[in-house]
Amino acid sequence: MKVLVGVKRVVDPNVKVRVKADGSGVETANIKMAINPFCEIAVEQAVRMKEAGVVTEIVVVSVGLPQCQETLRTAMAMGADRGILVETDVDVQPLAVAKVMKAIIAKENPQLVIMGKQAVDNDCNQTGQMIAALMGWPQATHISKVEPAGDVANVTREVDGGLESLTIKLPAVVTADLRLNEPRYVTLPNIMKAKKKPLEVIKPDALCVDVAPRLTTLKVVEPAKRGSGVKLADVAELVNKLKNEAKVI
Amino acid sequence: MAILVIAEHDNKQLKTGTTNTIAAAAKLGADVSVLVAGHQCADAAAAAAKVPGVAKVLVVDAEQYAVPLAENFAALVLSIADKFTHILAPATGFGKNFMPRVAALLDVAQISDISGIESADTFVRPIYAGNVMATVQSKDRIKVITVRITAFDPAEGAGQAATETVAAVADSGLTQFKGHELTKSARPELTAARVIVSGGRGMGNGENFKLLEALADKLGAAVGASRAAVDSGFVTNDYQVGQTGKIVAPELYIAVGISGAIQHLAGMKDSKVIVAINKDAEAPIFSVANYWLVEDLFKAVPELTAAL
Repeated sequence: MKVLVGVKRVVDPNVKVRVKADGSGVETANIKMAINPFCEIAVEQAVRMKEAGVVTEIVVVSVGLPQCQETLRTAMAMGADRGILVETDVDVQPLAVAKVMKAIIAKENPQLVIMGKQAVDNDCNQTGQMIAALMGWPQATHISKVEPAGDVANVTREVDGGLESLTIKLPAVVTADLRLNEPRYVTLPNIMKAKKKPLEVIKPDALCVDVAPRLTTLKVVEPAKRGSGVKLADVAELVNKLKNEAKVI
Repeated sequence: MAILVIAEHDNKQLKTGTTNTIAAAAKLGADVSVLVAGHQCADAAAAAAKVPGVAKVLVVDAEQYAVPLAENFAALVLSIADKFTHILAPATGFGKNFMPRVAALLDVAQISDISGIESADTFVRPIYAGNVMATVQSKDRIKVITVRITAFDPAEGAGQAATETVAAVADSGLTQFKGHELTKSARPELTAARVIVSGGRGMGNGENFKLLEALADKLGAAVGASRAAVDSGFVTNDYQVGQTGKIVAPELYIAVGISGAIQHLAGMKDSKVIVAINKDAEAPIFSVANYWLVEDLFKAVPELTAAL
């Protein structure tokens, strides 16, 4: 079966972000960018399913700036077959991405869409669910296991108290959680090979999708800092502080 | 304004986050309805009617709501959505799962994980693992919102809301529930605990979490973990506190062998009192701790357990 995977380019999660001086947003110029970690897990899952002979073709899609081509190349170096960049300089929000994905799905006809559960920049956790809704498809979010079986897939979801097992009809959308797999490192030969894989660039207009943002960011600020704490000498002092100063035990 | 809160419950009791979400709804306006969708959920509905700030409880009792499948819950909420200006659910695994589906079907944006309410259309939410707070405005006709439950304290007192029955929507048939494998524990749930003892990579292995469990039992605490500990396979994902795990704000948070990556701090830095135990004097966790010990956890934790 054919799988579509959405990938997002985000500020590298190991970089400490800074608020722009005018409070309009977060400084992203000259900052190290990376594939969103959960999208990386989603790509890895598709590649493993292809290696297992369950998947025949993996198409990766990104929506955003021209630089997202790098993110798509990373996914192709991991093993995706081809890439589609829907290029726009608009601040694309989850609903807009879901509409773009719907348009791509109409062209590509995948049996399974794999997304990361959340992007580590805006922490929305929405896009996969929105795609499923717009398609009228079932969804399984926060998955740690997915096993296609004919016209259904058996999935395990990470829920607040443990795990939940579902059987979902295909086609469907699933979103990857941390324990689904551990993504591989891309090797230099595969990076070179990925450069030759097809990458199509299209505009949202060509898909007849309105990607205008619905939410307006009025300002961004750094959160209030916690007061500084104290280093204690030993456990006895800690117990004393917790009992008599903080009064929490 | 008419506000709808989707209750998270187990058919008997409300989950903790529901009362916090109702508290957030009450900040928006007085006309707060709570939807209790479940199967044999009369007890949960009765509990919702007693929460202060609730004007009306809408009850749907049907087999397809025995567990909250996203497809069925979204279709149900959609069937009554047009009566409301705001639809809220807790930003827990429950709300995160189906609320974006509701938003997409209404063709509106979702405002995820709000921690503050500025006005009927303007909200504050953490982004970048809580390192940045964004104030966002929505001009959509219906505001679909998930609520960071640690940011809103439940109201005190008791209410007495009227109850109304709502028609069920037919089962979508898209998804079949197979079962739950829930972590069995006599300890409190992470998001409801007054005290949390959390372990990180410094624990070394899953077996060593027994040290934390012993301490947690003395304190009546829940046990949590950093993503590093989950990644290393020490404990299961439902222990995870952090940006992509659970967001907690207990009275006392004891971080053991946790270095304090920003992704972890995102999930616990609103705790009232933070204690950190780490042998690395440079660990970033100390920057948010009220009290810290630079000590070997394998010595300090048993000592602490014994001292309590």
